[in-house]
Amino acid sequence: MQTNFLALLTIFGMALVTYLTRMSGLWLMRHMTLSTRMKAGLGYLPGTVIVAIVAPTVFSTGLSEAGAALATVLVMARTRNVLLAMIVGVGVVWGLRLLQTHLR
Amino acid sequence: MSNHISSVSPQPSEEPVAFDLKGGMTGARQALPVALSVGAYGLVFGVLAQQARLSILEVLLMSGLVFAGSAQLIVLSLWSMPLPIAAILLTTLIVNLRNLLMGAAISPWFSRFSPLKAYTSIFFLADENWALTMGEFAKGKRNAAFLLGSGLVLYVAWVGSTVIGRALGDVVHDPARFGLDFAFTAVFLSLLVGVWKGKSDLLPWVVAAIVAVGAAHFLPGKWYILLGGLAGSVVGMVRHAD
Repeated sequence: MQTNFLALLTIFGMALVTYLTRMSGLWLMRHMTLSTRMKAGLGYLPGTVIVAIVAPTVFSTGLSEAGAALATVLVMARTRNVLLAMIVGVGVVWGLRLLQTHLR
Repeated sequence: MSNHISSVSPQPSEEPVAFDLKGGMTGARQALPVALSVGAYGLVFGVLAQQARLSILEVLLMSGLVFAGSAQLIVLSLWSMPLPIAAILLTTLIVNLRNLLMGAAISPWFSRFSPLKAYTSIFFLADENWALTMGEFAKGKRNAAFLLGSGLVLYVAWVGSTVIGRALGDVVHDPARFGLDFAFTAVFLSLLVGVWKGKSDLLPWVVAAIVAVGAAHFLPGKWYILLGGLAGSVVGMVRHAD
């Protein structure tokens, strides 16, 4: 029951933090201007954070994961369809893992 | 992202900006196709949330109160007992820092309206409807309720699909057997393709990848996400100064 309470508290904390990031842009622009350097740094964050999330899985798990990652990126770049890219990625990783266990 | 900001004039033109039901409905209509992909993403989040042992109530509350897909997805990877609350909140902050930029870019259109309208609308700010709204303004449309209308549609799609996905998760056992554990990585790789702006991203991304792989090897938990992300963006920021 205690962990449940902590989970709820964590979720409320996440909600508060997220809303602060949303409203602070509006609020700050009434009071100050961000330097272009700060803006540039913030602009890189979404990409670099996502790269950091996937890098260990893509580059240091195995050939199946690396191959499936390549397939996902190629499909997404060609079609811009997140759902299709995801299905292909999952399908390729499933197939390659199956292949690996049979070859072993 | 910076392309959008620089291509849109920083100030609304002389024509006054409106905020009414008509603008909200236009936003809602334009968000419908986007809501489909948000819904697909939400289903995946729900299934993964089940694996991370979140209850249906927790998924409902998280999606309804936080309403931030990528932050929620990343937090799932941190969600193990005992909860690393500080790391979760710090990660949430870092992943959502881009909201600050998007809020700043959209702020001129809200300067005329009451704090209630502005600060309620901004709760529904997401990458997708921000891009839709900035596009609408760039076309010369002047209705700030577009953000709220499109945001509400995405909100319903997100909360609904994540809860349904969580319920489906009870049926799908051992997702690794079907490669479903890779869905998480695949979703992020897809998002990454959309985030790519050009060659200037290459060095920050390579640095982020190297630092993340190294940190994942040597450090416990998920600190590699923060370290990789920060290292990459600092490299981008330093290079920007040259």
